Amino acid sequence: MTWTEADTGILLVGVLCAMACALPGCFLLLRRMSMMGDAISHAVLPGLAIAFLISHSRASWAMFIGAAIAGILTALFTQWISKFGKVDRGAAMGIVFTTLFAIGLILIKKTADNVDLDAGCVLYGAIEFTPLDQVVLWENESSLLRVPRAALVLGGALLFNALVIGLFYKEFTLASFDPALARTHGFRPMLMHYLLMIMVAVTTVASFEAVGSIIVIAMLIVPPATAFLITRNLPLLIGLSLGLAALGAILGHLSSQLIPSLIGLPETTSSGMMATMAGFLFLLVWLLGPQGLLRKPKIEGIPEPGLPPKL
Amino acid sequence: MSPLPSSAARPSSIASDHSPEFPLSVHDLTVAYHRKPVLWDLDLDIPKGSLAGIVGPNGAGKSTLLKACLDLIPKTSGEVLIYGKPYEDQRDLVAYVPQRESVDWDFPVSALDVVAMGTYRKIGWFKRVGKKQKEQARAALEQVGIGHLADRQISQLSGGQQQRAFLARALVQDAEIYFMDEPFAAVDAATEQAIIELLQELNSRGKTVLCVHHDLATVSRYFDWLVLLNMRIVASGPTKETFTRENLQKAYGGKLNLLEDAAHALQNVGR
Repeated sequence: MTWTEADTGILLVGVLCAMACALPGCFLLLRRMSMMGDAISHAVLPGLAIAFLISHSRASWAMFIGAAIAGILTALFTQWISKFGKVDRGAAMGIVFTTLFAIGLILIKKTADNVDLDAGCVLYGAIEFTPLDQVVLWENESSLLRVPRAALVLGGALLFNALVIGLFYKEFTLASFDPALARTHGFRPMLMHYLLMIMVAVTTVASFEAVGSIIVIAMLIVPPATAFLITRNLPLLIGLSLGLAALGAILGHLSSQLIPSLIGLPETTSSGMMATMAGFLFLLVWLLGPQGLLRKPKIEGIPEPGLPPKL
Repeated sequence: MSPLPSSAARPSSIASDHSPEFPLSVHDLTVAYHRKPVLWDLDLDIPKGSLAGIVGPNGAGKSTLLKACLDLIPKTSGEVLIYGKPYEDQRDLVAYVPQRESVDWDFPVSALDVVAMGTYRKIGWFKRVGKKQKEQARAALEQVGIGHLADRQISQLSGGQQQRAFLARALVQDAEIYFMDEPFAAVDAATEQAIIELLQELNSRGKTVLCVHHDLATVSRYFDWLVLLNMRIVASGPTKETFTRENLQKAYGGKLNLLEDAAHALQNVGR
């Protein structure tokens, strides 16, 4: 394989996307609402479509605002349905996001089919094409620095997430661990909940172009889940999630270029391989990590099941 | 808040005097879940400096009473006053220890982190946990006897140690009133002893402690004030007066068919 500027661009987009997703993903995982990421990544679609209809442009602020609103509505509707309809949270989520996603698909099919908001791209993204749309960051006679527009958007999302979590780190931790204490101390855990939902919505929209609404779920959840197998220290967990996210993206792109050619096939899609690699890293840690399946249990004095205790 | 009228100015139908001297006054409180009442028209005054137990059968609404007092669940009607004012204005005076199972003990924080959460309100929004708060948290962990476990992840604590960490978190709040939901549930004997000694120590410093409790055998040893609850208040007053066979029969009804339990418990009266 030959390394081109496009490869650098794809790599940059993939790494930024994975890292931007891993941050809110950590708190989704800790709040045991990982599937909320799934719900929101699908439910933002009508928000996107309506914003697109109003503003007639992609990658605009309207898209992010539309997505944020759709994200909050998903959280609200889920809350209401499970509260007043007396169905469990998972079922409520299933009702809300499939309905919103369907509305979004219909809107796109009916109104925007002939422009470049395309249903297939919405599902799996088109990371290979992101380097085609470049933004010049800095230019003089001797040198030129340009990056894919998607990298800029995702870098912005990563920065936004890092800022929000950095600013509200204490509040997010408290509201996730003990919402009752957060409430009695006047910290408004529902506010933190909606802030997290906004982060997830904004991040999934930023990731749409690159990885679509399915693979983004892997990027939200898999790196934090892998890190959770390694540590029970929150700052370390967040750091490891970011590292694992970047590693998965790099390995993903490299393997998408290298592995198929080894067996004489054309290169495969990078975003798919990025999610696959994230899953592979999870498997590795699950087997070989500190509490891994292949490690001997560390607790001493407890006999193996079925064996008589040692004398 | 307008000042409360004195008891003399009130209609005589209101039995208790809800004066602002009481750390906790509950007035005509009704709470319902899905239109089914859980607490019905409660009137309650807890005097300052009591170590009070709330006792009643399963489903009597003991935890619900605490949660309604703390605005964690909506009140259908009635009001709760903390030193004469609504809870919203008195948050700093109250520390709450929820049931141990109410949180996820697999959460990636250390014992010290959990205790430091008790100081978050004083720290306020955005600001970080500082050295001072960490020292307070460490001191509180020492006080409950698990100072050496400060840096341990909470997933590696035993049930008793978790309960002690929760208690330490309430201690750092330096409150006037402590609401505890079953602090003795499923802890080892040493922890139970350590906890009751701590509560008695708080009590001796004039703090008011309100404790949901389920073990009738220890009621008269632990508490000087007793609230017997079964959807309504069956009795509320000094333990010596309220902890009677008749009241227990009323609170537990048919559920107390093991009268031997009660008899055994009653033997402890006055000890």
